[in-house]
Amino acid sequence: MEQIPVEQSLLLAALLFGIGLVGVLIRKNMILMMMSVEIMLNAAGMAFIIAGSRWAQPDGQVMFIFILTMAAAEVAVGLALILKLFHLQKSIDADEMTQMNDITEASESN
Amino acid sequence: MMRYLWLVPVMPLLGFLVLAFFGRNLRKSIITLIGTGTVGLSALLVILIGIEFLTSPPAGNAFTLKLWTWMSSGGLSPSIAFYLDGLSLAFIFVVTFVGFLIHVYSSEYMRDDEGFARFLAFMNLFVSAMLILVLADNLALMYLGWEGVGLCSFLLIGFWYKESANAAAARKAFIVTRVGDTAMALGLFLLITEFNTLDIRSILETAPAHWTPGSAKVVWIAFLLLGGAVGKSAQLPLQTWLPDAMAGPSPVSALIHAATMVTAGVYLIARNHVVFELAPIAMKTVAIVGASTLLIAGFAAVVQYDIKRVLAYSTISQIGYMFLALGVGAWSAGIFHFMIHAFFKALLFLGAGAVIHALHHEQNIFKMGGLRKEMPVIFWTFLAGSGALAALPLVTAGFYSKDAILWYSWSSEKGSLFLWAAAFLGAFITSIYTFRMVFITFWGKMKTHIHLRPGRAMLIPLVVLAVLSIIGGFLETPHNLGHITLFSGMLSGVLPEVHILHSGAESTELILQVLTALTGFFGIYLAWHFWMKKPGFLFRLKQTRAGAALHHWWLTGWGFDWVYDLLIIRPFTWLSNINKNDIVDYISIAPSNLVVWLHNLTRRSQNGNLRWYAAGIALGLIITLTIALFL
Repeated sequence: MEQIPVEQSLLLAALLFGIGLVGVLIRKNMILMMMSVEIMLNAAGMAFIIAGSRWAQPDGQVMFIFILTMAAAEVAVGLALILKLFHLQKSIDADEMTQMNDITEASESN
Repeated sequence: MMRYLWLVPVMPLLGFLVLAFFGRNLRKSIITLIGTGTVGLSALLVILIGIEFLTSPPAGNAFTLKLWTWMSSGGLSPSIAFYLDGLSLAFIFVVTFVGFLIHVYSSEYMRDDEGFARFLAFMNLFVSAMLILVLADNLALMYLGWEGVGLCSFLLIGFWYKESANAAAARKAFIVTRVGDTAMALGLFLLITEFNTLDIRSILETAPAHWTPGSAKVVWIAFLLLGGAVGKSAQLPLQTWLPDAMAGPSPVSALIHAATMVTAGVYLIARNHVVFELAPIAMKTVAIVGASTLLIAGFAAVVQYDIKRVLAYSTISQIGYMFLALGVGAWSAGIFHFMIHAFFKALLFLGAGAVIHALHHEQNIFKMGGLRKEMPVIFWTFLAGSGALAALPLVTAGFYSKDAILWYSWSSEKGSLFLWAAAFLGAFITSIYTFRMVFITFWGKMKTHIHLRPGRAMLIPLVVLAVLSIIGGFLETPHNLGHITLFSGMLSGVLPEVHILHSGAESTELILQVLTALTGFFGIYLAWHFWMKKPGFLFRLKQTRAGAALHHWWLTGWGFDWVYDLLIIRPFTWLSNINKNDIVDYISIAPSNLVVWLHNLTRRSQNGNLRWYAAGIALGLIITLTIALFL
């Protein structure tokens, strides 16, 4: 069985990570932003698998199971928060949720 | 009788307390009774104690009355104790007796002032503090009295505090004397560390064995004590406060700034004479300070317009004589001149006060004149005082006291021709400015209408002081004129005898006496000539540029105020203007300002936009990875 060169597989992981990152940055819909975050998490997990197989160690796969678990928990909490926000704001547009800024009273402090 | 010594300072203190707490509600006659009565009782007591002290002297010619231990801390336990010997007896006699006369005088002089009770209360407090100062048996108690008289001087110079010039004069006096007081306090601390006691007598007894003459420590201590004396006695270079101190009422000038407080420096040096004798260079400095002060103040007095300023400069000059006497080791001559000076200078100030009072607060002598016929009692007493100040030979007390100083400044082993010449020239100047003042004030045409004539309470003290200014000198006369030594006999146990270098020079003494007497008369003639007969010459002299400059220079007291203003006050106010907002605080304010500035800079990034934050995290990650991988 021919091995896939480690450089190519890592390039794939980086590409996936980049796609996820761009998704987070350009999307306004929070559900799609969460999906992009999932892609980034999977890219990171994939990098672990690649490293584990390169050095023939089980650690990479153990790490991936951890990441998978964490991603599941994150999705549960994240979706619950988004649901709650939708109830409050009637929107899931991330750009509309800027109430927690520090711009309006700029001159007051000091 | 002597065990009642404690009552002497306590009486005026009681008077002060009563007047300070209840004076507002008392009738004026009661206030007068309390204010003058307490000092009068003290004076009576001092006379009785003095008679007992002189007729049946206690063991060792000194008497200590220990009342209680003031405090006890770390092996140092100053007590409240009074010490009476010839020196302190001379001082308490002058303080209470002259003080009493001045109190009687002020009971009329200040009667119509709204602060009459306050005035007498402060005067009583002053007398009490001065008595504590001269009776103190240890240096701590003496320092208490020393600061007490300084406080009363401040309060009484600024008695009419509603005029800001008076308040400024009071502050000036307080601050300038404080410079000296600080030096003196340092001297006292050094004495404590050296001897571990404050008791004056044990210090004086152990000092000669403790130090070799001229060793650095004792010289330091002597100079620091001299600093205190110079400040309190208005000697060079701290003399500038005394002419301004004339802002106070005339009785204050008579009591505090002529007769008693300003001679506290003389007392301090005489009391610690052992320390000064162990430091010959300090002794020499005392003499030089005295000689230069008496000349500088004498020349300044010649051009003053204000009658009280003439007398103020004259006081500085006469205290210069006392310092000169102390500096050449003629201790008892200095103290004798202190007593005689207290008589005639108090008289002159009270007389000047009566004139000022009569002429509706006119102090310029050139607006007086012709008072000889109008106010005969004041004229004759003033003339007696002026005669004593100018040391007219044989008939005035000032002659005997000043002649002794002149003679010792020549003949003492510490004396020199220069010191004698300075004192001689000073005596000449003294007779000029004294009789310039007398002629301008009492001769010529009347220029201001008399609106109030002094009553009995003001005239009697004048007469008593005039009599004392004439006959007081017979307590002590020179070798060739009766050789009476009552006064120096009283001081013989306390102060050492003067060491005469030119022994057996009786003919020299006579020549010097005649010379001094003649120059005195010559000075009077000059005063008559230049200010009465031909005033045009001086007027023309003042028109010339050099004459005007000299006149201004002397009028402002040789420009000392100007120099101090330039060297000390201006840099100080400049620095305090810079430091108005506490420069040191900037060290702690600067970091907080930096934090606030950075906060304002970065708060813009906190815009609440989720994607912006994510981009920030990504950017941070990229930068961190770049640094980690490529650097």
